[in-house]
Amino acid sequence: MNDLDAEERLRFEQLVLPHIDAAFNLARWLLRRREDAEEVAQEALLRACRFFRGFHGGDARAWLLQIVRNTCYSWLEKNRPRELMVEFDEELHPRPIATPESIAIADEDRERLSRALESLPPRFREILVLRELEGCSYKEIAAITSIPIGTVMSSLSRARRQLCSALTSSCHKEASREV
Amino acid sequence: MRCDFANSLLQGYFDRELSAASAAEFERHLQYCVHCPVELVDMDLLSERLQLAQLYEAAPASLRRKIRADLQPVAPTTAMSQPLLWHWLAAAALLLLVIAGWRVSPSLRTDDYQAELAEEIVEAHVHSLQPGHLTSISSNDEKDVKGWFRGKLTFVLPVLDFANDGFALQGGRLDVVQERSVAVLVYAGPKHLVNAFMWPTGERDASPRAGSWQGYQWIDWRQGKIEFCVVSDAPTADLQQLQRLFTRQSHK
Repeated sequence: MNDLDAEERLRFEQLVLPHIDAAFNLARWLLRRREDAEEVAQEALLRACRFFRGFHGGDARAWLLQIVRNTCYSWLEKNRPRELMVEFDEELHPRPIATPESIAIADEDRERLSRALESLPPRFREILVLRELEGCSYKEIAAITSIPIGTVMSSLSRARRQLCSALTSSCHKEASREV
Repeated sequence: MRCDFANSLLQGYFDRELSAASAAEFERHLQYCVHCPVELVDMDLLSERLQLAQLYEAAPASLRRKIRADLQPVAPTTAMSQPLLWHWLAAAALLLLVIAGWRVSPSLRTDDYQAELAEEIVEAHVHSLQPGHLTSISSNDEKDVKGWFRGKLTFVLPVLDFANDGFALQGGRLDVVQERSVAVLVYAGPKHLVNAFMWPTGERDASPRAGSWQGYQWIDWRQGKIEFCVVSDAPTADLQQLQRLFTRQSHK
């Protein structure tokens, strides 16, 4: 499948493979299902390998994440086009969850945060994942998502507020602050 | 009501992306704005909550394996050469042996399982050595580490510090092996870091088995309904010592 010679393959392994976690994590949050994320991350890595000759140094993580992101969106367009259109998915809007008492509070909060994050539109989800989970700089986010740095700030701002409101949607006190 | 800067400078300030001059200017704004300071705290709380929830999902071992397989150079597709033919014959013979062995002694299957398990544990070990992945609770205090695991496990984890015997407890974390959550204690050995994986098992006690994969050594044993697997690039003798420390401690 790959046309890289031995030396290029070694370079690929050294530069790109350390970012498999980042690739999977972004795909997991964009696609929401681990099985789909695994499939699409693998496909993205194959693409990265195929086009590795076109990569001339620089930030390998940002380069790979750009490919992962584009592969995810094209997969979503093909398989779940509706998700790309909705601004805020009502169905996925976090509902109060009944949890068995055995689940620790930390897990419960993790579950709540996951659901809230998954209820955001993909564009907001990805920017939060890149910033808060992956620790990318604005410059890297701009490169990965192909949006201007100024827009990174305003998107982050909207994404953070939406996440906050998704988290507190059941709480009246917090909701009233959103006016 | 939100401040005009909320969508721009406030974010940049919070994310430490502003130049020193812009940050200083924004700090002057913070002194009289009634909205921005509140939003700063909200963003900080949200960010902290996201960190604590550990939402980051690392790639599963199966994905790593698939990608590594994808990267293998493609074998030349010329007519089947002599050595290749021998490989096929050898593989067919091996398959027969495996099938025969399977019927006679079920332990062969265990070997397979053991190899796969060890492979995954070595991968988890290597992965843990990347910055920021080693421990979720970093402490040499048995009580602290035990406390961190409270509520996260369905079995009683023996959290033991062997600093006096050359294996100082560094902390612990949860990891995933064979699609189940496992507890990991991290030790600083004489020269190497050691990951001790533990999970509950229904199987009988089993004496230690050692092996190595890709230059990493492992020892696996079962005791008191817990399966242990210690792994490191340390010499097997070092791992054996840690294994004995665990076994001795549990007998007390």
